[in-house]
Amino acid sequence: MKRRTLLASAAALSLAAGAGFAQDVPKIGFVYVGPVNDGGWSQHHHESAMKMKEHFGDAIELIEQESVPEGADAERVLTQMALSGADLIFTTSFGYMDPTINVAAKFPDVKFEHATGYKQAPNVSVYSARFYEGRAITGYLAGAMTKTNKIGYIASFPIPEVIRGINSSYIHAKKANPDVEIAVVWISTWFDPAKEADATQALLDQGADVVLAHTDSTAPLAVLEKAGAYGFGQAADMEEYKPEPRISSIIDDWAPYYIERVQAVIDGSWESVNTWDGIGAGMVGIGEFTGPIPDDVVATVTQMKEDIASGAYHPFTGPLNKQDGSAWLAEGEVADDGTLAGMSFYVEGVTGDIPN
Amino acid sequence: MDPVLLVASIMVSATPILLAAIGEMVVEKSGVLNLGVEGMMIVGAVMGFAIAVSSGSPVLGFLGAAIASAVFSLAFGLLTQYLLSNQVATGLGLTLVGLGLSALIGSNYEGQRAPSLAKLDIPGLGDIPTLGPMLFAHDFVVYLSLALVAAVWAFLKYTRAGLILRAVGEDHESAHALGYKVVRVRMMAIAFGGACAGLGGAYVSLVRVPQWTEGMTAGAGWIALAIVVFASWRPLGVLIGAYLFGGVTVIQLNLQAAGTTVPVELLSMSPYLITIIVLVIISARGAHGAPGSLGRPFHAAS
Repeated sequence: MKRRTLLASAAALSLAAGAGFAQDVPKIGFVYVGPVNDGGWSQHHHESAMKMKEHFGDAIELIEQESVPEGADAERVLTQMALSGADLIFTTSFGYMDPTINVAAKFPDVKFEHATGYKQAPNVSVYSARFYEGRAITGYLAGAMTKTNKIGYIASFPIPEVIRGINSSYIHAKKANPDVEIAVVWISTWFDPAKEADATQALLDQGADVVLAHTDSTAPLAVLEKAGAYGFGQAADMEEYKPEPRISSIIDDWAPYYIERVQAVIDGSWESVNTWDGIGAGMVGIGEFTGPIPDDVVATVTQMKEDIASGAYHPFTGPLNKQDGSAWLAEGEVADDGTLAGMSFYVEGVTGDIPN
Repeated sequence: MDPVLLVASIMVSATPILLAAIGEMVVEKSGVLNLGVEGMMIVGAVMGFAIAVSSGSPVLGFLGAAIASAVFSLAFGLLTQYLLSNQVATGLGLTLVGLGLSALIGSNYEGQRAPSLAKLDIPGLGDIPTLGPMLFAHDFVVYLSLALVAAVWAFLKYTRAGLILRAVGEDHESAHALGYKVVRVRMMAIAFGGACAGLGGAYVSLVRVPQWTEGMTAGAGWIALAIVVFASWRPLGVLIGAYLFGGVTVIQLNLQAAGTTVPVELLSMSPYLITIIVLVIISARGAHGAPGSLGRPFHAAS
């Protein structure tokens, strides 16, 4: 009897301590799909998380988990994080969408933020960046810089975000070079340097001389450097490959968003939202133009970047047809966000089929 | 599709798994199942890269990678051969330790460039049209890996030491009764397997990708393990398995890049599909060829 009371009071004490701790300092969790030093996507989320931590200092507690596979493992990790008292959890890869929704349903008091997905819940926000705006710039550069009239694209998974990137790249490459062709290679992974390198080599072997990557590591740039071809920084500036083969980059900047959302949790004003910002809001940055890009091309893309930022130009502006030749956007018509968010078709001129 | 470029890409893609698999085959021939290939490869990848960057010599990098991974694999040898720990669990542990250790060592080498490895230009042979650039214009590691396969084959088939190694793997009690040093033979085999896996890992970080990224071997060690089974523990089978796997991987990427109409899903699963089909054929024939004492702990009774 005595022992039982002791145990009970100990449990009560630890519970109280736990609860008190959680109330005092919000615990913020981050889950990454790759290692935090992959040089690309995961590293940039991690660095943005560190900036957020720096901003709040001891006012919050940061917990991170890297290299979490998408799928069942993610659900286990998220459950563990929620059980350990996290108040807000950022899940930073598309494949965490269903695990996030499942775990969120079990922990209604824990708030979740899922990157690049489309499923929302009362305690699940979604946030993403309009990477296709950056793809317009790098696509135009690819079209302008190719000598073989063939550009390559390393694609990961056939999700709307990747398909938007391919379409936007191709549309703008064609603006720079009407004869350009795009070859797409799907490799079914976000992070596998050897496979990314093999895919880059395959594209080079097939005659491409500019390669855009939609994967997370810097392996494609390492191969491009050896071959004397051009590429772009993806998710991070990848400045170690300046001035060539990296001639520009698309940089994700999540820090302002993370700071804003954590502040909302501290203030108690957090609500489930759907955020989709681009170059204008600063969520998508364009890295410095380096290497042998002609001046007039630099001028064109600089202007394009300003027009996209100000809203004067939308990368998906008609006339545009779908791959099968059917009309999609009329002259001057602009794609609506709903179509873009669920994009599952190529525009006219892109060859090949989208895997299911 | 240019066959010269294609064959060259296939050789680059197949070499790391070939090196790791031929080493693991020798280990398994001695009756030890080391599931730590992935860990030994990644240690080789990071050590090879670090040494090549610091010394400026990729050859030294490969050498260092082989030594480092051999030493690393001896930790597995010590635990399983002298302390009689479970081989499966220890092998998995070796992989986990290798991944963590390489991340720790490699953190200073992120984003650095490796010195490039010169391609051997074999006089005469390299000048043959088509065949020359296709087969005789690679770096020395590609030829080393092929020579290693031939050497392992000759060693196991024709030498007395090879016979002893096979005897230890088939029935360690009998080999022990005949006076052979079972544990010593196995330790040497484990170190050889480690060195080969290290070379394979270094090939990924110095030639195939050329850079260091955490976790960059991304499962190549597991494929090497599968190839040993696929090969029914025969050196020629390992060679075919590694080139088949590397070949199908590269060809499917090239087919995609060339814009064929074959569905991508079919292309992506083709390496795995072919592996399964061959495994089914092998089992249907009934000849597995697994060494009799594979994975069994040995403790000298007398």
